[in-house]
Amino acid sequence: MDKQNKKAWLYLLPAIVFLGAFMVYPLIDVFVYSFEEGFNSASQTYFGVGWYNYAYVLRDPYFLQAVKNTFLLVIITVPLSTGIALLFSVALSSIKPLRNLFQTVYFLPYVTNTLAVGLVFMILFKRTAYTDGLVNLMLSWFGAGPVDFIDGPYWAKMFVLCFYTIWVVLPFKILILTSALASVNQDYYNAARVDGTSRTRIFFRITLPMISPMIFYLVITGFIGAFKAYSDAVALFGTDLNAAEMNTIVGYIYDMLYGNSGGYPSYASAAAILLFAIVLTITCINLLVSRRHVHY
Amino acid sequence: MKQDRYARVRRAARAHKIAGSVVAYTCLTIWAVIVLFPFYWMVLSSLKSYSAYNAEYIPQFYTLAPTLQNYLDAFTAVDLGRYFFNTLVFTLITTAIMLVVVTLAAFAFARLNFRGKDLVFTLFLALMMIPNELVVITNFVTITDLNLRNSFAGLILPSVVSVFYIYLLKENFAQIPDELYYAAKVDGTSDLRYLLRVMVPICRPTLITIVILKVIECWNAYVWPRLITDDARYYLVSNGIQEIRENGFGRENIPAMMAAVVVISVPLIVLFLIFHKKIMAGVSRGGTKG
Amino acid sequence: MKVVLQNLTKQFPGRGKKAEGVTAVSRFNFEIPDGKLVALLGPSGCGKSTTLNLISGLLEPTDGRIFFGEDDVTDLPPENRGVGLVFQNYALYPHLTVRQNIIFPLQNRKGADKLSRQEMNRRADEAAALVQIEGLMDRRPKELSGGQQQRVAIARALVKMPRVLLLDEPLSNLDARLRLQTREEIRRIQKQTGITTIFVTHDQEEAMSISDLIVVMKNGVVQQTGQPQEVYDHPVNEFVARFLGTPPINMFRGRVEQGRLYIGRDAVLKLAGVADQEVMVGIRPEGFLLREDGPLRCRLSRVEVMGRDISVVSSHEGAESAAIRSIIDAENRVDHQAETVRFALRPGKVHLFSRETEQALPFQLC
Repeated sequence: MDKQNKKAWLYLLPAIVFLGAFMVYPLIDVFVYSFEEGFNSASQTYFGVGWYNYAYVLRDPYFLQAVKNTFLLVIITVPLSTGIALLFSVALSSIKPLRNLFQTVYFLPYVTNTLAVGLVFMILFKRTAYTDGLVNLMLSWFGAGPVDFIDGPYWAKMFVLCFYTIWVVLPFKILILTSALASVNQDYYNAARVDGTSRTRIFFRITLPMISPMIFYLVITGFIGAFKAYSDAVALFGTDLNAAEMNTIVGYIYDMLYGNSGGYPSYASAAAILLFAIVLTITCINLLVSRRHVHY
Repeated sequence: MKQDRYARVRRAARAHKIAGSVVAYTCLTIWAVIVLFPFYWMVLSSLKSYSAYNAEYIPQFYTLAPTLQNYLDAFTAVDLGRYFFNTLVFTLITTAIMLVVVTLAAFAFARLNFRGKDLVFTLFLALMMIPNELVVITNFVTITDLNLRNSFAGLILPSVVSVFYIYLLKENFAQIPDELYYAAKVDGTSDLRYLLRVMVPICRPTLITIVILKVIECWNAYVWPRLITDDARYYLVSNGIQEIRENGFGRENIPAMMAAVVVISVPLIVLFLIFHKKIMAGVSRGGTKG
Repeated sequence: MKVVLQNLTKQFPGRGKKAEGVTAVSRFNFEIPDGKLVALLGPSGCGKSTTLNLISGLLEPTDGRIFFGEDDVTDLPPENRGVGLVFQNYALYPHLTVRQNIIFPLQNRKGADKLSRQEMNRRADEAAALVQIEGLMDRRPKELSGGQQQRVAIARALVKMPRVLLLDEPLSNLDARLRLQTREEIRRIQKQTGITTIFVTHDQEEAMSISDLIVVMKNGVVQQTGQPQEVYDHPVNEFVARFLGTPPINMFRGRVEQGRLYIGRDAVLKLAGVADQEVMVGIRPEGFLLREDGPLRCRLSRVEVMGRDISVVSSHEGAESAAIRSIIDAENRVDHQAETVRFALRPGKVHLFSRETEQALPFQLC
């Protein structure tokens, strides 16, 4: 027994070393950082312990901007992407020919480099001296005026960010929902058909409740993922997100840590812990709601 | 009379069904176009010459004079070849180390008995809840203190372990019947040999899934490499793209940028087209993005 | 409601380029009189479930017509046919309570057919009372036993007062004891409501015990229809004879020669009406009589005592299988040590089949 004990720990050792060094220790350390006031990364010194870092971050207009952006992004993209994914999944499962082709195409964005394709989106939406860009060309077909989506008004930039975010997260959601739909026993639909149930009623009274656990799973992971949005914004608006008014909370953390405005790990830590607290709260609320609505 | 009515009912039901599938196909096609269009546009733009592209005030949906010049530029004007190579090295080494670490840990949890196993496993699971953003700050400081910035070690070490994959593999290992293990023990097989010769082959689908997910993750990694490298010699493709966008080619050489984007996107897309069934099955079994 | 199937045929297209279509049901002609309980019986893949789905309208026939009474419903989609369907796995909606499940079909009604909430509840209570689940109305399906779920499924099918009730393998998901109980229950409910009921089963005992009529199917083709006893006593071919009865019928290779039926060297019966030929002889287990001077001489393997009956297992060179099982009255005494055992045959339990066509050969005794 003792021998097997030792052997087991030996097998676990690499994982424990990696996790200890790069997850457990940092986890403790980040709290320490967040309470060390006036930390100087050059001299590795600080002159106090307290809530100052939190107070600073909460008063920083860049942080408040980032919080606003992130919340807008979450509130817009999570319901919208889940709804759209549901729509396409239902459409996908209602057809037979070409279903696999569509599914494969829809999954494509999942495997692409967010930064690389973001660049393409930027070009499609961007307005320069030489061209209004493709999206503006299409808008002009409907008589809408050219809008600079990348350097223009706030709502336009937010629109592009949301659009791109949805484009990026949809593959995963469609995949999960189509397999959830496929796992619903066909007999339920046959039973409903024999009883003369209308399509809408089948959808709301049978399909939706049956896949509700998966929908809640997607909403919860969707919230968590959207709160961590960052590279989508970088892809569209470049690394200086504060200047573009398009920073996200995660972007704020990284900017505090590194880059032109960097060198403040204490502020970054405080912001990271605030983000974690927000995500945790929202996830708990989600779980409470889902427990009330998912019956099995 | 009645038959006429029945036929009408049936025709109505048919028409309803056909209308439904017309709507479905239309929606699906529109979204397929939206998904594919950026890919088309990046390939198209990469084939237009610099002057032709800039001369188009109204963007053209096709080109009659495709050129490969942009691809040459992409590899010569910026160090795309190096970014590519770096990413390849980073992806392969990270995935390889991850595979070893994860397999050993999953084996310990699934097969061996030791004091405190449940506690340790619960702790591991708890770590799954910890977002990367929370630990990345200290890791950044740690790597900087170890003077590992702008090195492969600095890139790779913190990216290796994923608790989720340990969990996934452990669940799969645990499904292998105990009798196999006892039979192997009776035959005098060592634990390590049993792991390599029996468990790993049986769980190969899961291992492949994990490898694919990790490769995608590594290939698209952006945040950590950005923090830890500011020397272009250690850039990965994502950072390379950002660099190209901000400094390379002169800001307006969009066709060359698109050529670089195509080159960077192609490996994963090819991988996906070959393994799309496996990848999609793997992701739906419990992958999450980001 | 009388149900008439005319020439009913269903072909499924083959998959792949060269694959041929599969004919699941072929030229099914049958008339089910009003208010009867009918079993579609056959081994798996015989087309019985396909037939049921054709009647419910979930599948469209390739050819043929379906009538409910005088009403040709072939072209009607399932929701307009007025059928109640009970699925093999019950298909109860897991997120709805028993009451909500039963009411579900009623809530689908639109326009003039719409029912008030009280009316719906009243009908649900009625249906629940019929299947005796009044006490379970507020539970969810997963809180019920298999037998209770079955009853809920039947109540849900009955609540809309269907013209025809269809049950797909209604008993296959229940354990043995519950199965006996539930099949009596189905019989009772059917009698009480008088709704023409068709059920699918692969279990011949189940079919025989409760149905008014049975339809034996094989490979999409109806082999024989009739009252259970009738079909059992006069199987039209070898398949039907083999399929019905437990323990199964004993088959022998035999021949008819000048008015005598031989099994091996034993001349077992004198008969008329059959030309000299090689035949298959089927003898029901209860068709054997122990006789000191019986014409069929078998080697005794063992004797199994089953209380009321004795089962004698023996062998014979002419038998198709290694063991012949005969069931005889327990009053007979069998010498366990004896090497041979001799049987006389009850003529009514002996069936002759042509070797070529496998069809029954009628014969008279003399």
